[in-house]
Amino acid sequence: MSNNNFSRRGVLKTGMVASAGLALPQYLRAQESGFTNAPGASEVILGFNVPQTGPYADEGADELRAYELAVEHLNGEGDGGMLGTFSSQALEGAGILGRRVNYVTGDTQTKSDAARASARSMIEKDGAIMITGGSSSGVAVAVQALCQEAGIIFMAGLTHSNDTTGKDKRANGFRHFFNSYMSGAALAPVLQAAYGSDRKAYHLTADYNWGYTTEEAVRTSTEAMGWETVNTVLTPLTQTDFSSYIAPVLNSGADVLVLNHYGGNMVNSLTNAVQFGLREAQANGKNFEIVVPLYSRLMARGAGSAVAGIFGSTNWHWSLQDAGSQAFVRSFGTKYGFPPSQAAHTCYVQTLLYADAVTRAGSFNPCAVDEALEDFEFDGLGNGPTLYRGEDHQCFKDVLVVKGKENPENEFDLLEIVEITPVAQVTYPADHPQFAGGALGTCNPGA
Amino acid sequence: MDQFILQILNGLDKGSAYALIALGLTLIFGTLGVVNFAHGALFMLGAFVAVTVSNLLTLSHKVVDETRTDFLGNPLQVDVPYLYDFFGQAAGDTIIDWAVPISILVAIPIMVAIGFAMERGLIKYFYKRPHADQILVTFGLAIVIQEIVKYFYGANPIPTPAPDAFVGSFDFGVVLGFDPNAIIYPYWRLVYFFFSVVVIGAVFAFLQFTTFGMVVRAGMADRETVGILGIDIDKRFTIMFGIAAAVAGLAGVMYAPINSPNYHMGMDFLVLSFVVVVVGGMGSLPGAVAAGFMLGILESFASMSAVIDLLPGINQIIIYLVAIIILLTRPRGLMGRKGVMEE
Amino acid sequence: MLGLEKKDFRLLLIVIGLTAFAPFLLNPFPEGSDLAQFNAGYPDLMQRFVIFGIFAIGFNILFGLTGYLSFGHAAFLGAGSYGAVWMFKLLSMNVLPAIAISVVIAGLFSLLIGYISLRRSGIYFSILTLAFAQMSFALAYSVLTPITGGETGLQLALSDPRIFGAAQTATGNIPVPALFGLEMRSSFEWNVGAWLFTFNAGYYLAAVFMIIAFYISIRIFRSPFGMMLRAIKSNQTRMSYTGLNARPYTLAAFVISGMYAGLAGGLMASMDPLAGAERMQWTASGEVVLMTILGGAGTLIGPVLGAGMIKYFENIFSKINETILHGWFAFLPDGLEDVVVAMIYPFIGKGWHLTLGIMFMLVVIFLPGGLVQGGQKIAALFSRKKAEETKPNATEPAE
Repeated sequence: MSNNNFSRRGVLKTGMVASAGLALPQYLRAQESGFTNAPGASEVILGFNVPQTGPYADEGADELRAYELAVEHLNGEGDGGMLGTFSSQALEGAGILGRRVNYVTGDTQTKSDAARASARSMIEKDGAIMITGGSSSGVAVAVQALCQEAGIIFMAGLTHSNDTTGKDKRANGFRHFFNSYMSGAALAPVLQAAYGSDRKAYHLTADYNWGYTTEEAVRTSTEAMGWETVNTVLTPLTQTDFSSYIAPVLNSGADVLVLNHYGGNMVNSLTNAVQFGLREAQANGKNFEIVVPLYSRLMARGAGSAVAGIFGSTNWHWSLQDAGSQAFVRSFGTKYGFPPSQAAHTCYVQTLLYADAVTRAGSFNPCAVDEALEDFEFDGLGNGPTLYRGEDHQCFKDVLVVKGKENPENEFDLLEIVEITPVAQVTYPADHPQFAGGALGTCNPGA
Repeated sequence: MDQFILQILNGLDKGSAYALIALGLTLIFGTLGVVNFAHGALFMLGAFVAVTVSNLLTLSHKVVDETRTDFLGNPLQVDVPYLYDFFGQAAGDTIIDWAVPISILVAIPIMVAIGFAMERGLIKYFYKRPHADQILVTFGLAIVIQEIVKYFYGANPIPTPAPDAFVGSFDFGVVLGFDPNAIIYPYWRLVYFFFSVVVIGAVFAFLQFTTFGMVVRAGMADRETVGILGIDIDKRFTIMFGIAAAVAGLAGVMYAPINSPNYHMGMDFLVLSFVVVVVGGMGSLPGAVAAGFMLGILESFASMSAVIDLLPGINQIIIYLVAIIILLTRPRGLMGRKGVMEE
Repeated sequence: MLGLEKKDFRLLLIVIGLTAFAPFLLNPFPEGSDLAQFNAGYPDLMQRFVIFGIFAIGFNILFGLTGYLSFGHAAFLGAGSYGAVWMFKLLSMNVLPAIAISVVIAGLFSLLIGYISLRRSGIYFSILTLAFAQMSFALAYSVLTPITGGETGLQLALSDPRIFGAAQTATGNIPVPALFGLEMRSSFEWNVGAWLFTFNAGYYLAAVFMIIAFYISIRIFRSPFGMMLRAIKSNQTRMSYTGLNARPYTLAAFVISGMYAGLAGGLMASMDPLAGAERMQWTASGEVVLMTILGGAGTLIGPVLGAGMIKYFENIFSKINETILHGWFAFLPDGLEDVVVAMIYPFIGKGWHLTLGIMFMLVVIFLPGGLVQGGQKIAALFSRKKAEETKPNATEPAE
């Protein structure tokens, strides 16, 4: 069967003219363009696949806002945002390769099945040329594999697990967001400076892939600087009350608690830990401390005052003072009335990076986009000089270490930047053991 | 030993939430014979009563502070709660601080009213319908309630702290002669435990020692005969539904400071509370309470790291495993009555 | 015909007709028009319709006939998909062995769980099945990650052995599931005027399986075995007084419906080779319960309708966003447009759950027999009208 595998709308329009009169059966052979869902002459469709129901719905809503903003800017509406600060000046606000950018949206429900169903409908029904979004690693990995199969580019949204660009990496998938390893590498020196190198850590870890990779990353980097890991305990994903896990911590001989949790898990475990008075407690003659490797503003908001003084890492924060971040915060804030989250930032940037890669490549062909993005160096998108590494399609850039603010001025002003860890310190070789297994494969243009 | 005591304490605390929800669920099962999948939603509504009360108390007007700027560089607008204007800042802060206890008073009438409305408006038409229909309609209702809450409050958890007076932990270890910090437990969770004991006791006393309770118990045992005796059992059942809703709601209000409420917290508890009710035995109130505490304690033990090291994953399945073992050894759960929901 | 009564045979023909022409029926609106949003005739959703149809048909054999309400059927679907994906990883990308193994695995798994759970009845049975399924989910998501892939799901990889097939294609990609070379994702498209119809290989394979599944279910409904199952539902005590042991019959029904679930899981993995643990969660089990009740428990066609309805809402309504709404109502004056959009917006897109919940309530309140009853009501309305129309002539006395 040489028939095309994924339908699309662009070719249809020529098809419509051809078969307008008589209803003759018409086989669509391999598309002339040679890749799946080649856009027509006037518009190009992007698929924004974000969680709209379930616990991450608010994060998904923020991602969607960023996408809408990105589309506006690409089409030359609004104030242009980061188009002006982006080091590659290929984009001019005239759509992508002269085509107006349109988009479709879908609901991942933060379930891999639902996310794939939604992504397939975008590819098969709406003719999307690129899929992006998501707010968990399970979804990112699942949709990335689907896009590889279909011959579509996948620009990952918020996904922090090492696996996305480690054992589950795919040639058609790209990740701008940082990962567990980088969190560990960035946090360790800051923790050493703040808490000393003679510390005993107790890990509570979410019992699934992301939790495992994060725990491994943080443990390895903190042990390297002299910390001792007293105990690691796995907690079920569906756990809502962590009291039975937190209660024994203070008497375990540990003086630091590391919460390898995300989303609702993190909000609850941190709230519980603070309830137990761990933040004020003393152990081994030192102040007891809590660390949260991956922070997000929405989580900080859910945990409320419990975050005060607690270290964590983040991909980006709106209080950054570089021109790119400021431009983005200004256009986002003007449009929506509050500053963007890190999820919004990574999604916005991914959309711009894709559009830029297409423009530089002069083609929507996924293989051409692949080539344009691989080993692409850029600046001005809020994270300083950044490299999209070709070997694993992971972005390398500075990582922010943040701390919960003691006296937040409003509900968005919850974190303060403690240190900007330079990229050199979080870079790892592509064959690092934490990323072992799996292969990128070759780009698949589909069709 | 100290770990052992700590986990029992913890289990009692966890179990008190399970017991409260299961108690309300069993009241509805037992009196009305209705499988109420919306019971988790009632628990969630209770927690959001607390959120709403604290939102109302912090209702503010904006004052422009020219000396500071917001993130876009415009003059900062500072929220000033109206309570500050009425009572001054110190008294205003105290009232806001006590939002959750205040919510308890507000929650009782609200939850009873919601319970009445549910029973009169929807549930009463389903008494004679198959259990499958009851499940579908109450599940639909639960989704609708959830989505309405999500529409107004978003999907993110909303922190609702306990009053400052209850922040911190009580050190049992010192009292019992262990080392300091060996057995500590947060004040608010202790409050939760005692609160639930009081509520459970009140419900039992109400059913046991009042005429009203006697009639309801008679109705649970044999509805038809009570009807023949000329007693308007329907009205009493409506009131029981209101009470069950209030119990679930109070469990929710008090739970708000423990975990920040979000719109799907009811669903998180729903399956668990059904397991608790069934393990306790259908139609048995003491069974539901006992099963709630028992599963809470077992869950706490299963989360001890020594136990997890021995049996990896045991903390994931303990509740279900115990449920299976109990149902296979005791056909009707701990204290179930014959013939209830067995067809 | 085929051992069926005339009425059942007609129903089977209708189902065959509907599935065969689904690409037309589900794409009633011209491509590019505003209403094209409501077209459901694309491969993924059509596949889902028939696969969940199979799942619900199987569930109905247990629930509709015996009245045993299982809250753990998703576990069998999940186990089936894991089995299928492992076959793809180890053996070959041919879908037949994968589907076969998924049915076998689900059958064995349901035999085990059914044997234990069926010792109890009523809600005690429901909770036992729920407990087993939740345990399967929790373990698959965490401790069993090496076997199940955990959070990210079980996926194919370039390094898989695939004894009877290429580990990777000539272009260096992972091969896709196929039936003797016919790729499940391949389709051909037919343009008729402004319409576009997609005929997908995977859909038709799944549809053939669904028709076979439907046929078997009719035979079971009409067989002495089916009669026995109904007897269990209406009065198990009386049945046991006559000296019959109900357990083997219920267990047989349980295993059959478990195998249906496994078939659905195997087909799902064949259409899209990834198996995620969420497939086993209690919400997934609840979904098939809702599908069956929504469509009409105990009826032949009901569960398929219920499955179609829920999947349609999930996939079509969730994709309508604010921009699309504004597009639809652009003809209205500006202020009015915003008002209308603001009124509809909570029910679509991220609010599709709300619409679904309201739907459940309306159906169960007004149509106690599910969608099938709704269909019957409409049919009755028409036939009465017809009867009334013909009445004057008929009753007029001949002169």
